[in-house]
Amino acid sequence: MNIVNFTPIPALLGGLIIGLAVIFFFIFNGRLIGISGIASNFLITKKNRFDNFLFIVGLIIGPIVYKYFTSQEINISISNSFFLLAVAGLLVGSGTRISGGCTSGHGISGISRFSLRSIIATITFMIVGILTVWGKSLI
Amino acid sequence: MGKKFNMSRIVSLVCGIIFGIGLTVSQMIDPAKVLGFLNIFGEWDPSLAFVMIGALVISSPFFHLFKNNKKPVFAESFNYSINKKLNKKLIIGSALFGAGWGLTGLCPGPAIASLALLNVNSAVFVVTMFVGFYLVKLSDSINQAR
Repeated sequence: MNIVNFTPIPALLGGLIIGLAVIFFFIFNGRLIGISGIASNFLITKKNRFDNFLFIVGLIIGPIVYKYFTSQEINISISNSFFLLAVAGLLVGSGTRISGGCTSGHGISGISRFSLRSIIATITFMIVGILTVWGKSLI
Repeated sequence: MGKKFNMSRIVSLVCGIIFGIGLTVSQMIDPAKVLGFLNIFGEWDPSLAFVMIGALVISSPFFHLFKNNKKPVFAESFNYSINKKLNKKLIIGSALFGAGWGLTGLCPGPAIASLALLNVNSAVFVVTMFVGFYLVKLSDSINQAR
């Protein structure tokens, strides 16, 4: 194991900001943030649809606000083919709905309230994610 | 009532923005960063563990501090899942999600936030993710109807 590109300070700072969003949403709107839940409920149910829509719009505005105030470029790199992206999209969309949460819903909100269910989900998707990356490196 | 009704919308928008800024500051918006985190058997970038720690340090104590409040500020009641079922669906769903996450480094929050960068790849992922949401909903409704 070699440690590379380690950026603990921005990671921690970004995490604190995400934690603030979770807690504001909880105190004011009474809900816990899970992005797969918010996005799929927006698609599937009329309940809170406009709130869910606005949250998603906000999520997309966030990086633009960051860029505006810091004047820093946001670099991302996605190297997969469209086919692989579509397969992964289907896996992530269906998987998060079958298990009832993703990195935010289980990984942050669920673990925050010490939900055993969410702890097990998080350990599972982390292990499978790690094994998938390892498996890709063998090919 | 009318006033509170509108306020929850503003909170939703603002919380989405804050969440999106957090994903950007932490660089979790970059799938390459996520793949680095999952690559513990190779060149490992442990940074994203700190995103989780940072988020939990805030959300967990404040959740427990406020959970017994009578009601949230702009809603009639608290409304979150208290599902305790440990079943096959939890494991299978999480495993499918983990596989998709490991293939591309994309999970729902960062994927949606990265639409801001007008990245075609994220758009392909997000569209098919919504198809995935819908397929599960469809399969649930069919099973219920049986």
